[in-house]
This record gives sequence, structure tokens and C-alpha cells, in this order.
Amino acid sequence: MTLSEASAASDAALPAEPGLLTREDRARLFRFMVMMRAAEERGLGLYKQGKVPGSFYDGCGQEAISVGAAYALAPRDRLCILHRDLGAHFVRGVTPDRYLANYMGRAAGVTGGKDGNMHFGDRRLGCVGMVSMLPDMALVTTGMALAFKMRREPRIAMTFFGEGSTANGQWHEAMNFAGIHRLPAIFILENNQFAYSTPNRLEFANDPLEHARVYGFPGIRVDGNSVEEVFEAAHAAAERARAGEGPMLIEAVTMRMHGHGAHDDMSYVPAGMHEEWAGRDPIGRYARRLTGEHGFETGEIDSIREAVHAYVAECAQKALASPMPDPEEATGGVFADSWEPLGDGEAPWSRWSRDAPSPNGHANGNGNGSAARLPATGRAA
Amino acid sequence: MGELTYLEAISDGLRAEMRRDESVFCLGEDIGAFGGAFKVTDGFAEEFGADRVLDTPLAENMIIGAATGAAIEGMRPVCEMQFADFISCGFDQLVNVAAKLHYRQGVAVPMVVRLPSGGGFSGGPFHSQNPEAWFIQAPGLKVVAPATAADAKGLLASAIRDPNPVCYLEHKGLYRHIRGEVPEGEHTVPLGEARIAREGSEMTVIAYGSAVHLAVQAAAELDEDIEVLDLRTLCPLDRDAILASARKTGKVLVAHEATQSCGVGAEVAALVAAEAFEHLDAPVRRLTAPDVPIPFSPPLEQAVLPQPGDMKEACRELLAY
Repeated sequence: MTLSEASAASDAALPAEPGLLTREDRARLFRFMVMMRAAEERGLGLYKQGKVPGSFYDGCGQEAISVGAAYALAPRDRLCILHRDLGAHFVRGVTPDRYLANYMGRAAGVTGGKDGNMHFGDRRLGCVGMVSMLPDMALVTTGMALAFKMRREPRIAMTFFGEGSTANGQWHEAMNFAGIHRLPAIFILENNQFAYSTPNRLEFANDPLEHARVYGFPGIRVDGNSVEEVFEAAHAAAERARAGEGPMLIEAVTMRMHGHGAHDDMSYVPAGMHEEWAGRDPIGRYARRLTGEHGFETGEIDSIREAVHAYVAECAQKALASPMPDPEEATGGVFADSWEPLGDGEAPWSRWSRDAPSPNGHANGNGNGSAARLPATGRAA
Repeated sequence: MGELTYLEAISDGLRAEMRRDESVFCLGEDIGAFGGAFKVTDGFAEEFGADRVLDTPLAENMIIGAATGAAIEGMRPVCEMQFADFISCGFDQLVNVAAKLHYRQGVAVPMVVRLPSGGGFSGGPFHSQNPEAWFIQAPGLKVVAPATAADAKGLLASAIRDPNPVCYLEHKGLYRHIRGEVPEGEHTVPLGEARIAREGSEMTVIAYGSAVHLAVQAAAELDEDIEVLDLRTLCPLDRDAILASARKTGKVLVAHEATQSCGVGAEVAALVAAEAFEHLDAPVRRLTAPDVPIPFSPPLEQAVLPQPGDMKEACRELLAY
């Protein structure tokens, strides 16, 4: 199947389980995607104003993947989020001010200035921040999944990586180990067409999905520009993993609509390709689908956009007001004095929230999204 | 108290920690049914089950990376590199992920990497290395290198209980050649504390691992008043113990089997020069392997690794200064 065919097929294929998402869920999915786009646009603006040291990396065009995948998780699930996946941080509870402050190296950034750009993960929200080497976090993900399996906890570890990562030996090590032990891990392969400037044909000679079958677990390909399709796949993978049936590889086909970093002019992109993908923008498509198929009013969509933009503007002011870190902190924190567990992340689909934990969903320690959700929504699945 | 070999003491320490804390588990190549290339985990699979003595694929980054993830989630993994040399295949996960997570994100990674190191048995360039200095250049890793059976047990227990990634260098040449009294049951030796292996006042040999035994032997054979300080932990260094002994004797020889340039000896020498200069009666000297790979053939290997005669000569030169 060509990429265009994959996209066309997915446009026609509606979710297999339409009852999984409520109207409220759909509004949230849309809101998180808009928030990612708006926050990254604001971040790029701050970069152009010279307020961001280093370079600037975003996931423009890929919003549906991180939002849709993270939205399927339960509070006690864990994530290693990569650099095109800001939406997953927002789903788990990071606010745009902390993201923007991190880019600017401010004290209020998620890492307090210790690390920059997208190299962060809020440990209090169940996330472990990425490193630059790819796909190192895939192995860390298998280790978290191994701990869950050893302790017989119904929990999942999820990570993301680009198609370029499949060329690296550590990817093989991670897939192989996950397959051997049927680990509760979900691997989201974001095929955004270019690893920096290198196209698919110079990264692999075969179909990356074939890899999954070789490693002994299923791989599925979804339209990475359809947030509901990504959600459905992640949900199915999560149910499967939680039932002890092992890992899944989800290839989300998309295109990185900006350069690798802000310094990259994308001169390597073939003529017409950018325009073709611009017509499949995940946010615009979802807005049309919400009004066309799910009974949303245009005004409702507009008001979500306006509210998010106002919120992100407010968050940017907060980030700009945050001080730079104290230089004295540069030499602190090399070693830990004690081990503390990661905290639990927001899990909006399960209806569990850090502010108001559901007694059914969390206090029993299972962190099972479905179990938390049914009483909270009062709806039989 | 019972007398154990260095190897038995490692096994004993690991077994005691696994009995004490069910979050402790081992992972590595051929450690389960086979009991490990050096038999450190012999019988462990029977006692603790295959899940806690996990035979991994031949994939060192996987071993370190999966241990990192499991440690973040509250397990206490003890990785075995079949030979210390193979840490190069897992180096990325160790120095970029495990070592830096606490500094970058406040995420503690309580794990141990066991590293059978050292030469002397014609292991050649890929089964004889002493890679400790590599780790010290990656802030966030602790590094220990026991010389005695008791310390082999006690430092392993402390490494397992420490909330940081700890590289545990176990010298293969000591496995079955060193024997000593080892406390039964729980036994810990604090990280970061050196030990005076032999008291003396004329000069100090600062050593760790196999070189401690060379120094103690040389001191006895020379019948001189030589102090031997066993560092035990290489990162963080016990600066106070180093400086106290240097100030006391005024003459310092730093000895290790690892290659010379930018090694632990260089760090110790720089520390002594900077902080104990007024107390020195001689230049700080080093006895190490030269900066070459460890060769295979016995006469070549012996020419490279510090020998008892080399230690005696180095001590004599410094005493005569």
C-alpha cells in the first residue's frame, strides 16, 4: 500500500469501536492537538526572538499521533515521549508554560534548565524524558514493561520513535526482547518520511511492519493524521498488553511538516510532497469530521481554538516571567540520595484525574483505564 | 565468619541481597541454567526462579537499557556483563541514559553492573580490560573495585542498595586466588570509604583491585614500613583517606592494572599534588599498565601487566628518594 492509499483507506475506515469515544473525548482530542500546534508555534516565535538557546524542534503535522496514543493510557501506565510528541506530555498533564520555560532554559521548565528543548519528562506524571540517541528509550520502555510483568501488574509502557530509529541496532534489541518475553509494551513508530533529511528508501529495504511479525508480535499501520485511528490502535494494543498478550508495534504514517529543527529548510523534500500532505492536516481534518459526523457546531470548534490560543498566550507570559536557574544548581543532582517512584499521569480517557482520583480507578492500584472509566461515565461499553 | 574465595563472596553477597529483597534480580548472558561464565550465579535459578535470574539474548544495550527501565520502576537489577570488555556494547545506555537521568530529570536509577575485569590469563585484548576510568568520565555513575573477599560481598550489597547506577568491577584474577574471612548473612561496606590494607609510615601505595595484593606482597617481601591504601570505591574517591595517608608518609605510589593515561592513578596523583604538596618528600609516581591493548601471548601480557617485581622496584625507588 502506498502512503496515499493508506491515507485514503483510513479516511474511509471509521473506528471499529465507535462507542469508545464520547463527545467529550472528541472535544478533548481536538483541544490537545490544537494546544500542541499553538504551543509549538509560540515556541518557534520565542526561538525567532532569540529567547530559546540552541535550536527548536517541533512535531507540526504529527499532532494526532502523540495525542491519540497517549489518550488511550491509564494513570499508572508509563511513557517515554520523544521529540515530535508534545501532545503526549499535555495529555499526561504537563502545561504549556512548563514546556515553553524548558525551551528557554528557565527555572520553571520541566528540567529546571538541566536539559533543553524536548528532552524532558515529568517524573511526577509517569514519564521518563528522552535522550538524543535513538531509539534508546525503546529499551528503557521494555525495562519498565519487564518490571510490570514480573510484578504481575496490569500496566503498560509506551514509547515513540521515528522510522529512522528502526535502522539502529538498539531497535532490534528492544523489539527482540519485547517479543521473547511478551512484554506489555506499545511501540509507536512515527513514519514521518524523513529522518532529518534521509528518506525511507535509505533507512530500510523492507516494510517496517514486517519487522514486528519477525519479532513475534503484531504490527499495524494506521493513518498517523487521524487522531481517532491512532487512538483506536493504541487502545487495542493497550487492551492486548494488559491482558498479558504482549507488545504491539503501531506504524503511524504521517509527514513532518517542518524541518528537523528550525534551522532546516527542508530543501530535500521532493516537489509537491509538502503540499500533498498539507491537505491531510490532522487538525483541519478532525475539525471537519467533528462538524460533519459528530454533531459539533462550527462555533464550538472555533471557541475551542480561541480558548486554547488564549490559554497558550497566558502560559507563554508565565514562562517568560520565570527566572533563569541559579548557576549554583549546575553541579547539584548528579547522584540520587534515594529512589522515589514515578507519579501517575493524567488519564483523561479513563476519567481519572490527579485532582480527583476515582476510587474505582486508582486507589486499588490497578490503574486500569477501562475499570476506572465505566463507573465515571455511567455508560456500558 | 567463614572463609570464602573472592568469587564465592560475590555469590554469597548477591544471594543474601536476593533473599533480603525480592525486587533484586539478575540479568545477563548465560547466568541462569548455566550459572554464568564464571559460575557466580551457580544454583541461583533453582533457588530464585528463571524470572529473577534472567537469561538474556546476546545484547548488552538491552541488558543495561532494560535494567534502567526496571530500576526506574522500583526493581533492583544486577546486570552481569560476561566480561567487563563487553560493556562497550552497552555503553550508550549506561553513560547516556542511566548515568544522566537523575541529573536531568530527578529520576533515580538503582542498578548494578557487574564487570568481570582484568588480565593475567591470556584472555587477549577483548577479555582482559580494566575499563574503570571510562565510567568515571560519565558523571552519575559510581564505581567500585573490591580487592578482598569481605569487600567483594560488602561492596556488592551496598551497590545494590544504592539508589544510583553502580559499576562493580570484579577482578577475574582474584576470583579463585584470593580467599578470606567473610561475615555471614547481611554484610555491607559503605561506598566511598577507602581501607588501610597495611599500616606504614615511610611511603604509601594507593591501589585497588589486584594491585592491592601486589602492594601488600611487595611491602612484606621488602620488609619496609610501607602503607597500602585500598581505595575500594573509585567514584566517589575517598579524598580524605588519600590525603591523610599522603600527608602521613610524604611519598605516594599509585598502582593499578589499568592503562596509565587519564586513569584513576592520574586523578589520585593530581589530588595529592594539589592538596598535599607541602607534605611530599618525593614526586608522586605511578605503576600501571602502559597505554597498549592487553596482548594475548604470556610473555607479552606479562610485559604489560604490573608484576610483583615491578611493584618492589617502584617501592624501592620511592623509598630511596
